[in-house]
Amino acid sequence: MILDVQTFVTICPVDRLEPDRGIAALVDGVQIALFRTSDGEIYAVGNQDPISGAYVMSRGIVGSRGDTPTVASPLHKQVYDLRTGDCLDVPGVHLPAYPVRVTDASVVEVAVH
Amino acid sequence: MKRLVIIGNGMVGQRLVEAVRARDTAAEWSVTVLAEESRPAYDRVKLSAFFDGSSAEDLNLHTPDSGVDLRLGEPALAVDTAARVVTTAAGTYAYDALVFATGSYPFVPPVPGKDLPGVFVYRTLDDLEAIRSYAAGRSVGAVIGGGLLGLEAANAMRLLGLSTHVIEFAPRLMPVQVDEAGGAMLRRYVEDLGVTVHTGTGTTALNAGDDGAVASLSLSDGAVVKADMVIVAAGIRPRDDLARAAGLPVGARGGILVDATCTTEVADVYAVGECAAVDGVCYGLVAPGYAQAEVVADRLLGGAATFPGADMSTKLKLLGVDVASFGDAHGATEGCLDVTFTDPATRVYAKLVLSDDAKTLLGGVLVGDATSYPTLRAGVGLELSAPPLTLLAPAGADVDPGAGLAALPGAAQVCSCNAVTKDQIVSAIHEQGCADVPAIKACTRAGTSCGSCVPMLKQLLTLEGVEQSKALCEHFDHSRQELFDIVRVRNIRSFSALLAEFGRGRGCDICKPAVASILASLNTGYVLEGEQASLQDTNDHFLANIQRNGTYSVVPRIPGGEITPEKLIVIGEVARDFNLYTKITGGQRIDMFGARVEQLPLIWKRLVDAGFESGHAYGKSLRTIKSCVGSTWCRYGVQDSVGLAVALELRYRGLRSPHKLKSAVSGCARECAEARSKDFGIIATDNGWNLYVGGNGGFRPRHADLFATDLTTEELVRTIDRFLIFYIRSADRLQRTAAWIESLDGGLDHLRDVIVHDSLGLCAELDEAMARHVTNYADEWAATLDDPDRLARFVSFVNAPDAPDPSISFTVERGQPVPVADDSAHRQPVLLGMPAVTSEGSLA
Repeated sequence: MILDVQTFVTICPVDRLEPDRGIAALVDGVQIALFRTSDGEIYAVGNQDPISGAYVMSRGIVGSRGDTPTVASPLHKQVYDLRTGDCLDVPGVHLPAYPVRVTDASVVEVAVH
Repeated sequence: MKRLVIIGNGMVGQRLVEAVRARDTAAEWSVTVLAEESRPAYDRVKLSAFFDGSSAEDLNLHTPDSGVDLRLGEPALAVDTAARVVTTAAGTYAYDALVFATGSYPFVPPVPGKDLPGVFVYRTLDDLEAIRSYAAGRSVGAVIGGGLLGLEAANAMRLLGLSTHVIEFAPRLMPVQVDEAGGAMLRRYVEDLGVTVHTGTGTTALNAGDDGAVASLSLSDGAVVKADMVIVAAGIRPRDDLARAAGLPVGARGGILVDATCTTEVADVYAVGECAAVDGVCYGLVAPGYAQAEVVADRLLGGAATFPGADMSTKLKLLGVDVASFGDAHGATEGCLDVTFTDPATRVYAKLVLSDDAKTLLGGVLVGDATSYPTLRAGVGLELSAPPLTLLAPAGADVDPGAGLAALPGAAQVCSCNAVTKDQIVSAIHEQGCADVPAIKACTRAGTSCGSCVPMLKQLLTLEGVEQSKALCEHFDHSRQELFDIVRVRNIRSFSALLAEFGRGRGCDICKPAVASILASLNTGYVLEGEQASLQDTNDHFLANIQRNGTYSVVPRIPGGEITPEKLIVIGEVARDFNLYTKITGGQRIDMFGARVEQLPLIWKRLVDAGFESGHAYGKSLRTIKSCVGSTWCRYGVQDSVGLAVALELRYRGLRSPHKLKSAVSGCARECAEARSKDFGIIATDNGWNLYVGGNGGFRPRHADLFATDLTTEELVRTIDRFLIFYIRSADRLQRTAAWIESLDGGLDHLRDVIVHDSLGLCAELDEAMARHVTNYADEWAATLDDPDRLARFVSFVNAPDAPDPSISFTVERGQPVPVADDSAHRQPVLLGMPAVTSEGSLA
């Protein structure tokens, strides 16, 4: 039997995240983009823009499309679902999406493995 | 390959070239064009714009085409239809098909003195240049001929500063197009402009003065009119001399005789445009010529098109007066009835010619207001769509403009210049998915020549159920202009407040930056304060321009391109210490590339300390005001272009706008700063400054239009202030000034009314808004460096603030670092780490 074990790593205090804005973090050599929306939800996706290859997703504009919380690539504006990492404009393009949680001490943690 | 030789490169000849090249997909034809003039085809219809600030390039119709052998300044001298060759001074050209497109020449009545110095015709750009240089320093001019061309020539004289006489043999102005009452109304407009009109009288002689040049005209009514120069605009005649000499038959009143296929008596020899007499009739308008060019192009490629005859309707704006005539304007149909409308107060005259049962529209004349022209012209030959007086009522009356259009049959021509029918436009909308006017223009050519049918194209889109949405995005149903007014009037200070009351959802990358720009325009506060920070695109967020590999470029402001050696050295040292790629930009600044997010404050600290400030190269805002050297150093300069460019750049720095703004100041008419390719450009004159607006245009390059002349510096600054604020308030998201002016109802004239004549009573408010901007300006980088909270944003990683992004690496090209390109795996990446000078890097 294989256990699906997730290892959460501490990133920063939740207050460090500006509402409706992203920031990048480096976890075991993996670049992730963390977002905090204005309703308090926190999402973690890959920081590399799959279209351009540049590590810039954390600098995109946060918004919504219908009920979906989104981020737009700052380079060419393709829009991604923050929950799943799926690109809403280009079929078959995805960002990795990572589990993220806020501890009782208001610290953000992410699991990349 | 078969050889096509075209004699003449006027508007119709050029259209023929384009039509053949577009259809000839199998490259059946080689095309040679023999042109008499030294410049390629230009828009002769808009010739008079040359005196209103347009240059020869603005009128150009020619696009380079390697498949066409265009031989400028090489007129055809003889045609041998038996040997099938054309001879020029340079050689002979054998042909498989030959087209005459030789146009017409101005008719000069055989009056004594017609060859005196100072007597001109009005036909080519060379003529206009000769007129312009002769007019300098002279005070009175006369035009022989009160038709369309004569009135254009009179306007040209006016614009050159001469008091002007018009002499017309017929009892009224524009006798071909308008009736007596219309001519009388037109005369009132023309006289109001200071032009003296003499009708019902001919010119019997042109008299020389002491210097041997023309000095006066003797008229048939005995009067003598003093004139320093004379333009003869008494009509045109087909240029058929070459064809006559080649033995081709000509019409009874001149013109190369052709049938409805535009073919002469000799096989494979055609004639099109003003030199052609189709079944004996010459057409002096460009639209029938275009149609003939299309017929010949079709025939050359194996088609069977014929020329159906042409609608001689015309709509003009002469000396600022709308004049239109369409269908049977003079009521030549037996038993026809006239319905007329005359309003001396608003100076509108309109006439409809109806069939004897008053049910069918046959034609009409409009003077003073021609807004109903497109619908009326398209309705000729059809049953009236409304009572005649309703149709005549000028703009403002309660009439549904779409009603007439809906009633039109599909075969009716909506665009007569390009012969595009209502059916073709409807099919472009439904079958080719054209959802707006530019798409219809690109697809059908409708609306691309005189533009008078553009309102009908909009109405057709609406009638066909294409909603012309102004909604910014899914979060707001409003246009940018509407949101601007809402934010201003309701004094809204945040995106969330605006969204809560007027929008839905959370916003997106379209509405957030647009609202950020609106808030910045109205509050002029620090753009990254509080919630406003979350609205900014990455460039504004980091006050730098993002590049393809996620690094940023840094562009300090260098007003007017003027910089001290000390500052140049600082830029060089900063770039060297941070290993930045440097390049001089197109706007006279120095761009430093390859800075990582966490380096930006370190770089800017050194630049701000050296006296630099933000260049706002990252924002939708004023970029640079370029300048030439100006009168300080240049031996030709007539004003201090550098001083003005510096002053204007400092005045408008930091101004947020719907699109980036660029400007330039040239110190003389040589235009070394290329001011006419800018959103607003200034060119020095002997008497002050000329202001041009609406240039640039982006992917559709455009020259700016002359907006005002000989302004003092104070007048100039006030006019630009108002222009900019009015643009910022009323333009659409990402709409450049060129497109914005085109979108204004009434275009440039309307803009002049609003910001010069204060027609909307807005000017005081516009002045105040600019004054507020100038007072409240603060450098964004200095403000950022002063605040630790703001600086905290500039980290590569929130959990490893000092770690540089490991994905960023550079290679070296021509001695400078550049991003490693995807296709350059064979190159050895060079990691260029932290700044070499770390001791100065501390901001703590």
